[in-house]
Amino acid sequence: MIYFNNVSKIYKDAVALDDVTLTITAGEFVSVVGHSGAGKTTLTKMILADESPTEGTVFFESINVHRLRNKDLTKLRQRIGVVFQDYKLLSNKTAYENIAFAMEAVGKTDEEISSDVPHVLELVDLSHRLHHFPNQMSGGEQQRLAIARAIINQPELIIADEPTGNLDSINTHEIVQILKKINDLGTTVILNTHDRGVVESVGKRVITMENGKIIRDTKHHK
Amino acid sequence: MAITNLKRIVKAGFKNFTRGGLVSFAAVLVVTITLSVITVIILLQAVLNFSLNQIKDKVDVTIYFTVDAPESKMMRLKESLEKLPEVADVSYTSADDALKLFRERHANDYSTLAALDEIGNNPLGAYLNVKAKEISQYESIANFLKSDNALTNGGADIIDKVNYHQNKLVIDRLNTIISGAQKLGFLLTFLLVIISIIITFNTIRLTIFISKEEIGVMRLVGASKMRVRGPFMIEGAIYGIIATLVTLILFLPLTIWFGRNMSDFLGMNIYDYYISNLFQIFAIVLFSGIILGVISSFIAIRRYLNK
Repeated sequence: MIYFNNVSKIYKDAVALDDVTLTITAGEFVSVVGHSGAGKTTLTKMILADESPTEGTVFFESINVHRLRNKDLTKLRQRIGVVFQDYKLLSNKTAYENIAFAMEAVGKTDEEISSDVPHVLELVDLSHRLHHFPNQMSGGEQQRLAIARAIINQPELIIADEPTGNLDSINTHEIVQILKKINDLGTTVILNTHDRGVVESVGKRVITMENGKIIRDTKHHK
Repeated sequence: MAITNLKRIVKAGFKNFTRGGLVSFAAVLVVTITLSVITVIILLQAVLNFSLNQIKDKVDVTIYFTVDAPESKMMRLKESLEKLPEVADVSYTSADDALKLFRERHANDYSTLAALDEIGNNPLGAYLNVKAKEISQYESIANFLKSDNALTNGGADIIDKVNYHQNKLVIDRLNTIISGAQKLGFLLTFLLVIISIIITFNTIRLTIFISKEEIGVMRLVGASKMRVRGPFMIEGAIYGIIATLVTLILFLPLTIWFGRNMSDFLGMNIYDYYISNLFQIFAIVLFSGIILGVISSFIAIRRYLNK
């Protein structure tokens, strides 16, 4: 589903990605580990075309992600759900409205929105926060809201970039369980983390990065 | 779907405005200031034009006839003058009326009245007061009086004196002052409005800067450019509408005060002018406010949209 072909990202004085080649098939759960600055975030940003490569190409199925025009890029992003370390919620919208916004972006009707949003909030155990604003919720709750928003349009891929970075161990565990559940239902998940514990509790494919290079990939036993 | 989208954008714009708190307040305040400047300019222009017209009105050319000029000839001259396109008004004062006016004007001047009685019969002739439509046109009227047209109408033997050339200097100077004042007024208007617009635009740009991150998030989540931009433009329009209402309400007590206390100085009652032209003023201010708000928002958001 995702193909990186000799992708490099070089800044004036730093190398973020160094000749990265990798394949991720649909339905996989891939954990990307490494220290801060190893290149994990740059890697996932490439898939979203939030960064463009200095060399190499990135494909989502058969689409060259960086050749897309604005309108098509928008459509592609609607097929990918993203969860960030800093949640990136809309602070002046309630939990309900945050998720509704994601649905409006893909053109869902008001009926679909009013039936699906309470449902997905129930899935992440946030029904009691339906009409609350992000700043009225705890970190764990905000992240669960972010995940709910990421899955609401049934994306084919979920990218979670250090989703548990700002959370305590109990919340971390909860988030990881939710992600595992989502993957079990068929969604591909790419999880960036520097938390070894998280990686071990997932127990699936692990890609290790350092200085922009992939130094270990459990799929290929490098 | 397009209508649903529009509805959603408008709703979002309203919600963002009400939740904006201090930010929305600041934006409305700044737009109100700009619109107030515009309203002051509208009112000042009214006063200026009124004063200028008053002055223009005081300027005229007087044609003094000889004492025994026949009335028919004087009337013929009056008619030919009235036919001129530059002439706004011609008024005729007979010799008797001229004498009456003279006596009234010098009612307290005993010696002058005594001298008048000494002479016995009326030493004054009739005269015509000619008002031109524009001050610059007096020259051509004076030339007409010298021309063949006037002479063949019998003007030659009945005109005693025309006071245009004595007043020419004053008239010319007045003309320069008036056109200068109008040009200056226009320039000041232009400058003030530009400055106000720049200040307003910058303030709105700041309010959108505050939402910079959110704009990025909305795009990342898959929203189209219009879906992101729309609510901000609606907010801009709301700033304009509310600012218009505040401005117009603000000027009610202001114009009442000026109307009550400054009417003599200004020569006109600003409050009456304000109320009688309220609809047009409302239209101009509302239009300016909405355009300012919407276009400022549109331009300000462009730099955060293009990724």
